[in-house]
Amino acid sequence: MNKFILENLSLTYSDNVQALKGIILEIPAHSITVLFGPAGGGKSSLLRTLNRLNDLADVKQITGRADLLDQDGNILSLLDKNTDVIALRRRLSMVFARPIVLPLSIRQNLTYGLEVSGVHERGRLDQSVEHSLQQAALWDEVKDRLNDPATMLSGGQQQRLCLARCLALEPEVIMLDEPTSGLDPISTNKVEASLQKLKENYTIILVPHSIQQAARMADLAAFFLQGELIEVAPGNDIFINPGQVKTRDYIEGRFG
Amino acid sequence: MTRETLDRKLNSLLDDVQSLEELVEKATIGAVEALKRQDLVAAQQIYDDDKTINTLRYNLENDCIITIATQQPIMAGDLRLVASILEVAGELERMGDYAKGIAKICLLIGKEPLIKPLVDIPRMVEISLGMLRRAVSAFINHDVELARSIPDDDYQVDDLYNQVYRELIMIMFTRPTTIDQANHLMWAAHNLERMADRVTNICERAIYVVTGEMKEVDQTDDEMNSSSHGDGG
Repeated sequence: MNKFILENLSLTYSDNVQALKGIILEIPAHSITVLFGPAGGGKSSLLRTLNRLNDLADVKQITGRADLLDQDGNILSLLDKNTDVIALRRRLSMVFARPIVLPLSIRQNLTYGLEVSGVHERGRLDQSVEHSLQQAALWDEVKDRLNDPATMLSGGQQQRLCLARCLALEPEVIMLDEPTSGLDPISTNKVEASLQKLKENYTIILVPHSIQQAARMADLAAFFLQGELIEVAPGNDIFINPGQVKTRDYIEGRFG
Repeated sequence: MTRETLDRKLNSLLDDVQSLEELVEKATIGAVEALKRQDLVAAQQIYDDDKTINTLRYNLENDCIITIATQQPIMAGDLRLVASILEVAGELERMGDYAKGIAKICLLIGKEPLIKPLVDIPRMVEISLGMLRRAVSAFINHDVELARSIPDDDYQVDDLYNQVYRELIMIMFTRPTTIDQANHLMWAAHNLERMADRVTNICERAIYVVTGEMKEVDQTDDEMNSSSHGDGG
């Protein structure tokens, strides 16, 4: 039930580039919402605005609203200055294009976040390690070598470890920015399969690295072009019969 | 994928649709002409040439599949077009079978004198093939208006079929020795009636490619006892 409601969300960076222009979008829970479009469309800016990573960027102005509704109907205003950003980022986890593993063991990569947040009980940590690795479809491959350095893993495994690391903290929303752009098709397939399962329990926002992935994964797809949200539609519709000429031209490869 | 490569592929697929249509047209005209003139050599040739139509259909289907596999992503209008070409290729091949069926009827009747002069059947060919030509043109040129206008003509083919049907029934009643040939001629007419129906399917695809709407276009369907004749081939 954790869904986002964005109302007239606009973002301008300090170099006067308007990265988001009046975005109105509802991102539903328990489904995969895909944000796609050519580079510079505003997809990553939107993700970074939601979990407030943009606080660290050179932002001139953000206007409009971005709210997160939880299952009890509580509304968290994401842009509110008083919102606890650390707590927010725990609820809205993010996986990036390049896997960034900590220079620690596989196990420690997963327990690090929990330990920082005060969990030290061995049993609970072990349980979390296994559960999160299973959810990320990595458990079978690493269960016998949890104490090996995480850097020994292949790229695809590292990326699934990053996903598992997010899951260990039990977030509500998982945001992924081109999570499989550097992976081979088999690893990509595994990550995609994990996400398809995870959506039962999480709200997932995915910026895909290709239009094919957008089509494979989208329950809901939102097409972004130069900061504007051109069209939002179910994945089954938008890639077969897009409603807007700009969307059609993009997915038929006529520009971009 | 580059847009240019995909456009070239799609145009080449559409060229093949056009070629397939021309072969079907030629076979149908030839088959009815052979029936009229009782030209068994020509009928045999048309019967054998159906293989060419089948081969072209399979090649076209294969090219569509290769296009889907190698030109990814095929989406939106492009996807609707390729999927529709697969469907249209099947319809055309089936129409080729109808022509082959008429050629076979010509062979079955042989040199036995015709029980009636063939007037309505050639007229059915003229109208059906006119519809077919326009339908394929609408499909290739994305002409929705044209595609929507064609199925209305189907009633003319149905009327002629009903006329031929009644006439042949009458002949059978009065001269029972003609039943065999009359039945064969009924099949020939039925094949042409079915051909016009299949043109309607091509029109539906032509509309779908452009609009994304997949639904039946209205057509008059007052052929008599169509279910009792099966799907002649």
